[in-house]
Amino acid sequence: MSKGRRDGGGLESPQRRHLLGRGAALVGGAVVSGTVAAQEAGSEPNGPPNIPDWMKVPGADVGSEPYGTPSPFEKQVVRNIPKGLPQYISASSRTPLQELDGIITPNGLFYERHHGGIPEIDPGQHRLMVHGLVETPLILTMADIRRFPSESRIHFIECSGNPGFEAMSGRTASDLVGLVSCAEWTGVPLKTVLAEAGLRPEAKWVVAEGADAAALTRSIPIDKCLDDAMLVYSQNGERLRPQQGYPLRVLLPGFEGNMNVKWLRRLNVTAEPAHSREETSKYTDSMPDGTARQFTFYMEAKSIITRPSGTQRIDRGYNEITGIAWSGHGRITQVEVSVNDGRTWTVAQLQAPVLTRALTRFRLPWTWDGTPTAILSRATDETGYVQPDFKALTQVRGMKSFYHNNAIIPWRIAESGAVSNGFVKA
Amino acid sequence: MASSKLRPFVLAAGLAAAAAAANASPRYGIGRPATQPEIAAWDIDIDRDGRKLPAGQGSVAQGQILFASQCASCHGAKGEGGTGERLVGGQGSLASGKPIKTVGSFWPYAPTLFDYIRRAMPLNAPQSLDTDAVYAVSAYILHLNGLVPGDAVIDAASLAAVRMPNRDGFVSDPRPDVPGEVRPR
Ligand code: HEC
Repeated sequence: MSKGRRDGGGLESPQRRHLLGRGAALVGGAVVSGTVAAQEAGSEPNGPPNIPDWMKVPGADVGSEPYGTPSPFEKQVVRNIPKGLPQYISASSRTPLQELDGIITPNGLFYERHHGGIPEIDPGQHRLMVHGLVETPLILTMADIRRFPSESRIHFIECSGNPGFEAMSGRTASDLVGLVSCAEWTGVPLKTVLAEAGLRPEAKWVVAEGADAAALTRSIPIDKCLDDAMLVYSQNGERLRPQQGYPLRVLLPGFEGNMNVKWLRRLNVTAEPAHSREETSKYTDSMPDGTARQFTFYMEAKSIITRPSGTQRIDRGYNEITGIAWSGHGRITQVEVSVNDGRTWTVAQLQAPVLTRALTRFRLPWTWDGTPTAILSRATDETGYVQPDFKALTQVRGMKSFYHNNAIIPWRIAESGAVSNGFVKA
Repeated sequence: MASSKLRPFVLAAGLAAAAAAANASPRYGIGRPATQPEIAAWDIDIDRDGRKLPAGQGSVAQGQILFASQCASCHGAKGEGGTGERLVGGQGSLASGKPIKTVGSFWPYAPTLFDYIRRAMPLNAPQSLDTDAVYAVSAYILHLNGLVPGDAVIDAASLAAVRMPNRDGFVSDPRPDVPGEVRPR
């Protein structure tokens, strides 16, 4: 089974391997259809009245996996990586939202968007420079940064192109909005580090730069830096993953993902934004009149039903509708669900905790009578803002603005129970 | 409260006060001062006016040679695009149904070209070009876009002086912008 087990000299049971194989086939079938007919009593080898095989031999040794990984039966729950791209240095992979429960994204499934690949950084050699409009320019080691008073907070990060306005044909929830993930982050408030260097009165922006091969650069307004911005070194209790900026990244709750600069090596305090390539050529929103909106930082309120969702299949009768909602402007106050293609809406239940600028889980019990329909969700945040539909959004912004698409996502349910993307003609 | 949240990106008021407040927190005596040579070596972001552009220069002709060997494999011989993005053309297309966004049609500031190429290109060997080479390929890309003549030699002053066609094409964030979406609490 696992390498550790063999090396550890524990029992190697052929029976166990046999089990694994058969189980995988069974689970695979169940996941796909969800409608495996009730088996005849006694015909299931590991169901009653039989004693399950896995109860008849000791399991794997304690410590057989020094760093635990998911069950082999969960092999299909992986990042959603686009196939056949010309290069994977500047590209993205998505969180499999439809496979997850709750509001926390497992670290190995956090979405990725890198512009110069994933650097492998030795934290002992990594340095953060803080300079510009400060009293004392500083060099900080990772050990230095971890000495500052720390804080932990749960926040989502979302790529602003999630998805582009012309990329609404994805099959799964992940294809559509899988560039959002949520974690508990630990680090030091950015304002603490800036105060250590001493801000000069003319300080209005902080230009953050990554230590990756893109030296990715974004300008952050000083009011955000002095509000809830953090420099984080941990993610869900462990050190940041390389894909999330190990050993240090910026966290700007509610702001577009690209600004949350990973592999942070430099903070330049300035009077003006840098107008870097990533805040002029990219991450600006093109309007029908030819202008482009610049410094569109906030991710507006959004939601998606993750179950049932595209490529899944439901049975008649009781189904729980569940999904996630979030807003860069604060807490989610309400999620409504429509089970009749938007004609009427029902308020869904919000799972506590409902945190500011974090994913919020919603649920609605539903009995499906077998009639084809479409199911939708729409989120409202604490500012009173309501998630718009695609038509309303594109009437104002056209089809070419690419970023900040927070449209309502409809899932179509066919008579067979098959669920598919409501934007795609059946 | 609600209106400040709906119009969150207002930089004006309270900044000096905020900076003062940040400075009021205790200093922990963590880290060490950065020296001027250390800062000079790492401080690579170039402002839009090009004040921070380094000394050095490069010609369109040198840029053409460099581009052919270091950039064309991804961006095409004439910057028409390939694995890498299209770098040339599209002027006048931004308000059409098919905007073509390139250095020539979309980028607002020429110094950003130096900044980006120096930090990030070529994709497979970033920070490998010296200052003169970065000026040269920048000059060549600007020339391909009709923004400098074929005999141009570009340095800090002349790069900063290039007025990009889309200089005034950017506007600030007006969101929330979709009517009817804000509901009273
Ligand atoms: C191996 C392929 C490759 C090579 C070689 C390469 N580039 Fe690029 N270039 C890219 C890719 C891919 C992007 C987009 C990167 C991104 O968006 O993160 C890009 C982006 C750019 C951009 C920004 C385009 C825009 O409109 O935002 C410029 C300018 C550029 N490259 C110039 C150069 C120059 C100059 C060279 C040679 C010195 C070069 N590139 C070599 C692949 C390459």
